[in-house]
Amino acid sequence: MKKSVFLGTVAAAGLAAVGASAQTLSDVQERGTLNCGVTTGVPGFAEPDADGVWQGFDVAVCRAVAAAVLGDPTAVTFVPTTGKTRFTALASGEIDVLARNTTWTFSRDTDLKFDFTGINYYDGQGFMVPASLGVSSATELDGATICIQTGTTTELNLADYFRVNNMSYEPVPIETGSESVQQYLAGACDVYTTDRSALAAQRAGFANPDDHVILPETISKEPLGPLVRHGDSEWFDIVKWTLNALIAAEEYGVTSENVEEMASAPTDNPEINRLLGTEGELGSMMGLENSWAKNAIAAVGNYGEVFDENIGDDTAIGLARGLNAQYTEGGLLYAPPFR
Amino acid sequence: MSDTHAQSVAFVRRSEIPPAPPPARETGAVKWVRENLFSGAFNSIMTIVGLLIVFYLLSGLIPWILNGTWEGSDIRDCREILGNSGGGCFAVLAERWPQLLFGFQYPDYLRWRPTLAFVLLAVALPPALFAMYLPRWTLAATALYPFAAYWLIWGGTILAPVVAALGILAGYLVFKAIEKRGFVTALAAGAATAFIVWWIGGLIVGEFPRMLSIEPVPSRQMGGFMLNLILGVICVSLSIPLGIVLALGRQSRLPIVKGFCVVFIEFVRGVPLITLLFVANVVLAYFLPPDANFDLIIRVIIMITMFASAYIAEVIRGGLAALPKGQYEAADSLGLDYPQAMRLIILPQALKISIPGIVNVAVGLFKDTTLVSVISMFDLVGMIRGPILSSTDWVGVYWELWAFACLLFFVVCYGISQYSQWLERQLTTDHR
Repeated sequence: MKKSVFLGTVAAAGLAAVGASAQTLSDVQERGTLNCGVTTGVPGFAEPDADGVWQGFDVAVCRAVAAAVLGDPTAVTFVPTTGKTRFTALASGEIDVLARNTTWTFSRDTDLKFDFTGINYYDGQGFMVPASLGVSSATELDGATICIQTGTTTELNLADYFRVNNMSYEPVPIETGSESVQQYLAGACDVYTTDRSALAAQRAGFANPDDHVILPETISKEPLGPLVRHGDSEWFDIVKWTLNALIAAEEYGVTSENVEEMASAPTDNPEINRLLGTEGELGSMMGLENSWAKNAIAAVGNYGEVFDENIGDDTAIGLARGLNAQYTEGGLLYAPPFR
Repeated sequence: MSDTHAQSVAFVRRSEIPPAPPPARETGAVKWVRENLFSGAFNSIMTIVGLLIVFYLLSGLIPWILNGTWEGSDIRDCREILGNSGGGCFAVLAERWPQLLFGFQYPDYLRWRPTLAFVLLAVALPPALFAMYLPRWTLAATALYPFAAYWLIWGGTILAPVVAALGILAGYLVFKAIEKRGFVTALAAGAATAFIVWWIGGLIVGEFPRMLSIEPVPSRQMGGFMLNLILGVICVSLSIPLGIVLALGRQSRLPIVKGFCVVFIEFVRGVPLITLLFVANVVLAYFLPPDANFDLIIRVIIMITMFASAYIAEVIRGGLAALPKGQYEAADSLGLDYPQAMRLIILPQALKISIPGIVNVAVGLFKDTTLVSVISMFDLVGMIRGPILSSTDWVGVYWELWAFACLLFFVVCYGISQYSQWLERQLTTDHR
């Protein structure tokens, strides 16, 4: 009873705070910088480099939005958030957008009063095992000891998967990701399970990455995407369509190298022209310059470039495109038409 | 007598034998080893086991340090260079040491400013710490230091720290001028003067925000060991006076004062520090308007200071309780009023007794500043756990980073503890 009163008060105060700042776009323009919530560090997704400059796949979303809104990809104040502080930071208005590989779930969208602006990475839970174990499929894992992080959805997904497949397992619950990896490497468990992107990133740091294999099965859906507060649809549109612009740019072959040239004069493809602002008034419909998408693409590149640069095959993390390929190539990326 | 013996004894020694050296096993290093290390079967076994453990640890540690590499741009490089030599990958320290010390957001061309502030700390602390050996006027350096350090670390106009210092100075002068009329009156007048000066000064600073300004650095960009030191130094120096006030308040005969102090101390001591930090970071954000930018570091400083002062208050209360009742009565019989009695008779003795406890709290507090990493501030531990250990380049370099953090904290904490032992010896007045 008491708890619900307290939570109600908090929620009411939160709503009051949110109601006061429905005009995120004008706030951002007035401030001159975008406040973007990121992680405190996930390899490839968001990490400051040796010079303290944020790099990564999620960071690129922040930079693209800043370029679209303010014309300057460096006009971003990165607010590092932990798993515990991320939602309050967004709800209280401390940040304008949260790009922190956050899974899109029903309750986060509705109960916590956020809006997911799309999906920039389709993740899923996977398994890593030592190659010497000789296992090639998760269905052979009956009776295995498995390192999991406590209090995450991975724990529940794991239980579901083993029950459905009528197998048993011995869980080794561990607090943090890096600790789990140490336990796994020390042989405390046969299998380590978490999101596949994290598995790949952790494996990149192993002494002998080739001694470990990530099994082909994906046992859960973890659609990760940027999110904003409920109640400001204009701002929601801007973030959503900036992400779509990066995805569409890859589909139409617009890259950070040729975007200037393509935007200097109308091309043969009217969709590209509308995207880059040489035809139509798409930008002004959202209250932005018509060159918004051009700025975003010039700043970070199209979706494929962002992917390749931060987490793709040529990086130490080495993720394959998989579900994150364009729909034309068997993936799930499908930007609605720019019209 | 000697004559009779002269016939029966073949030889009589007429000079003294030079003293023989003591047996080898009863002297020098051998004796020490026999007595201290091998004085019995059980002790001998323990010695050998101990030696084996030391050898085992050193045989891992020494190659780790000596074979370690300072070259290499990421952990994969490191592994290639090291091969199987068992060395450490210290390249991470070579590349990231500025981030470990200053955080990753503090502008690199401004790092000389906190460094200078740290060096000045070595000038500002001795007058306070070694007051009995240095002339009193050197305390001026200590008094000026907080304002200079604030200006160096945060930047901005010099007017702000100057106004703050002027307010305190004016308050102090007023206090001194009317101190004879009573301590409490003078204190109130002094505080009022300081507030008036700050208020007027605030208007002036608002008018000239650019005067003598150096580049400002927002609090969000503080990090690394610098943040631990800032929090530690500020919170310790604020919480000691606050703790004294709370301890005295708890013994007060005025029910409201006493009640407030008891509730405050017991509440704060009954709540984990990490909860207070979460309140500072998360819950306050809900109640403040979205554009109210109440500085996160200030919020954290307030919370840690509250926490530490409650503990210090209890330590000092122990010191007060340890004084014989005769001391209070003696002060009363001399006709001293309450502030005089406390300042001149009670507190000097009570604080001396409390030194070990206060230092204990201070060392604990300094290490507790690492808890701010859970509210996404990048102190030394936050830097290691967050940006460095989860960067693609250095994922998995645990030992080298944590060893570095241990070293930094150990140096500071050991220094504090040595100082307190020295201070206790200096203040010993009984003849034990």
